[in-house]
Amino acid sequence: MVETTTNGGARASALDTFPKLLLDNAVRYRDAHATREKEFGIWQSWTWQELSEDVQNLAAGLAGLGFQRGDKIAIIGDNRPRLYAAMCAAQALGGIPVPTYQDSASSELEFVMEHAEVRFAIVEDQEQVDKLLEIKDACPRLEVIVYVDPRGIRKYQQTFLHSYADVQADGRERRDKDPAFVDAEIAKGKGSDTAIILYTSGTTGTPKGVVLSQDNILITARNAVERDGLRQDDEVLAYLPMAWVGDNIFSFGQAYVSGFCVNCPESSTTVMSDLREVGPTYFFAPPAIYENLLTNVMIRMEDASRLKRSLFQTFLAVAKRVGCQMLDGAPVSMKDRLLYALGEILIYGPLKNTLGFSRIRIAYTAGEAIGPDIFDFYRSLGINIKQLYGQTEAAVFVTMQPDGEIKPDTVGTPAPQVEIKIAENGEVLYRGPGVFQSYYKNPEATAETKTEDGWVHTGDAGFFDSDGHLKIIDRAKDVGKLKNGAIFAPKYIENKLKFFPQIKEAVVFGNERDHVAAFINIDLEAVGNWAEKRNIPYASYQELSERPEVISLIQENLQKVNIDLTTDPHLSGSQIRRFLVLPKELDADDGELTRTRKVRRRFVAERYESLIDALYSDKERFSMEVQVVFEDGRTGTISADVQLRDVPEVSPVAKAS
Amino acid sequence: MTANNTSNADVLLDVNNVSLSFGGVKALENVSFNVRQKEIRAIIGPNGAGKSSMLNVINGFYHPQDGAITYKGKTRKQMRTHDAAAQGIARTFQNIALFKGMTTLDNIMTGRNLKMRVNLLLQALHIGPARREEMEHRAYVEKVIDFLEIQSIRKTPVGRLPYGLQKRVELGRALAAEPDLLLLDEPMAGMNAEEKEDMCRFILDVNGEFGTTIVLIEHDMSVVMDISDRVVVLDYGCKIADGSPDEVRANKEVIDAYLGVAHD
Repeated sequence: MVETTTNGGARASALDTFPKLLLDNAVRYRDAHATREKEFGIWQSWTWQELSEDVQNLAAGLAGLGFQRGDKIAIIGDNRPRLYAAMCAAQALGGIPVPTYQDSASSELEFVMEHAEVRFAIVEDQEQVDKLLEIKDACPRLEVIVYVDPRGIRKYQQTFLHSYADVQADGRERRDKDPAFVDAEIAKGKGSDTAIILYTSGTTGTPKGVVLSQDNILITARNAVERDGLRQDDEVLAYLPMAWVGDNIFSFGQAYVSGFCVNCPESSTTVMSDLREVGPTYFFAPPAIYENLLTNVMIRMEDASRLKRSLFQTFLAVAKRVGCQMLDGAPVSMKDRLLYALGEILIYGPLKNTLGFSRIRIAYTAGEAIGPDIFDFYRSLGINIKQLYGQTEAAVFVTMQPDGEIKPDTVGTPAPQVEIKIAENGEVLYRGPGVFQSYYKNPEATAETKTEDGWVHTGDAGFFDSDGHLKIIDRAKDVGKLKNGAIFAPKYIENKLKFFPQIKEAVVFGNERDHVAAFINIDLEAVGNWAEKRNIPYASYQELSERPEVISLIQENLQKVNIDLTTDPHLSGSQIRRFLVLPKELDADDGELTRTRKVRRRFVAERYESLIDALYSDKERFSMEVQVVFEDGRTGTISADVQLRDVPEVSPVAKAS
Repeated sequence: MTANNTSNADVLLDVNNVSLSFGGVKALENVSFNVRQKEIRAIIGPNGAGKSSMLNVINGFYHPQDGAITYKGKTRKQMRTHDAAAQGIARTFQNIALFKGMTTLDNIMTGRNLKMRVNLLLQALHIGPARREEMEHRAYVEKVIDFLEIQSIRKTPVGRLPYGLQKRVELGRALAAEPDLLLLDEPMAGMNAEEKEDMCRFILDVNGEFGTTIVLIEHDMSVVMDISDRVVVLDYGCKIADGSPDEVRANKEVIDAYLGVAHD
């Protein structure tokens, strides 16, 4: 049963809500699998027909409990088919699902429940029920709680608690008596209805509820399905939080639009083995997951026999040389083709199988910058991993990389029907069918983010490269200018530096200055190994950081970054001209990093003001003293004679020729 | 907890004047108490009080010199361990007794041993009824795995698991036997606070969901007081108190036994 979904706008305009799509899928794809869940060690599945029945029964049951058009319904739990069904059931009655993070504390939950005026909640298990009972008094609007897993809840006496199965059974009876009811409710829905409210955690202030309409989600999902050619026989693994917009698009919106099958893992601890069993064809993961998988592979290869190791190394080298070109359809010599084919049999195939990536046609990553080495590693194995740039406010897709036009450091071209413009200060703005309606009950924030004519401020700075691919460089508020007028994007340069294994942390300066200068923290393990292999003695972090050989090694890395920067006309002016290697690691105990290990730029700038001044003078050495807090809370002083080095500027013209 | 009435009808196990000695050492002296259907009954006491001996008497591992045990209305002086198992008594051990080289799944499968009806030959050939039967058993074992939330270690050899998880697997094996009476010998020993909390929840859930009667020995007083319906206190082989957690907590003899008053 393979059928394309790209059959014109007629279907799209008639099927403008999730419930309408569901009824249609139940006929169109009938016995094809809509969703699966691993339970009791076996993949249990629902066909589209069964899913449709379940959703309609649940909707009728909810109506029996007094669910009204416009009611908000909280959805809390791990990715479960029944919870996805609950979202659709609520929408069938004109209700609005509000999925919330399953691991949020009850106080965080309380804010969302109160702010969204939630009347109903459908939750996974006792853990979530207990959280809601804790805040029930503070949330007087909350009237009904439905739980999926009855375990541990049987003794609870509260009359507002209902089991999911009971609600469904009751709904089935209601439908027997009044078969037209749910259909009539579904028919009342339209594309402009609110489909969902998603609360964004937000690094500052209270969470904001992003209101997305049925059109926002379904048109965006449909566009992306068409752009990537997703099909009814695709498979995804739904393992990222349901409260996150990405999951709503990948595991719900696109699944309903294209009819592919959504697989829910057995539990959050079994995701990796479930991934292997499912072998998804369409996959999303943040960069950290790809990194972890790669690290695991490398660690396990260390333990393999010498023969296996050398085969692995040989064929990875082949893949590194030609793999990416082959994936992009570039010409490759016959010999390399043959070698690559052999590698596929001996190494790449089994490796992809172990990772659960054997069947992947399209994989995405987004959220933060992915290391080019990691990105190329997967691509060279023939895994079509691509980047996209998205936001909750856009129903995910702002830009996406088209097949065959993949670059590690851009996020691709605008998604279908999305317009993008770059503001004076470098901020990226977009407009398109996915643009959110408003922040729920927060007109000030809405007005700040979305202009009258529909442009949304991303808060990110970026520009288009010569091929029309968007490059995100930093948060707009952190982007500055050098005195000569060149754009200065500290995070962009720092990320490039940190991709070198020898560099653990980097802080660059340059706003309102003549040129860019950098503080570098070496990575003790990587540089230590490097030093040992070359018989360079050192006794401490500080001593290692002061070795001239180490400083030269870092300097080479900086030169590579400079060469890299020249490939970009916007950024070639912000090459690093001077640097020093810090004698101590930046540390959260000293207030230099946040507890999540992000550099506190302003604090570092104040603390090391004299060092920065020295960087912008023509001194070659500078004696510094700095107080440190040891792990046991005592304080001490580190004094060091820091070397300041110049980095030659690379001329962009020379590179281009 | 709800007050149970004490009619004999709902007594599952009645221990009557049981005495047990090893040579000159009196491990148990005239101990009597009963266990009601579906309750969680704790046996506490200082080291060497005779708690584990008591469990060993209940499941037939030790044979008391005196006294009788009435289980499911049948009174007997002695019972062999496999009879006890056949009668629906399952237990876990103070020192974990799992097959270290086997996976979690296989270990729990062994708990189904008594339920297997097909003969060994058919099982070995894995044909016909044996195959069907194994599927049924596997389905039950999967329920246990789901219940104890150990899906992620299903295929892991238990020797590789941390202690707290091994304890959970052992509980799983006991549950796989679908017991009427579950004996737990120090289920939380050596666990950290979080593991203890998890284990408490599992014990309460086993009791609540399957209606299994539970007798447990435990050192951690807060745990015992939290989850037990009734507590029996042993000291030097004698019963010194019996009642609800609150009664036991207020009992002078119990306090003395725990704080160490000189015995005459």
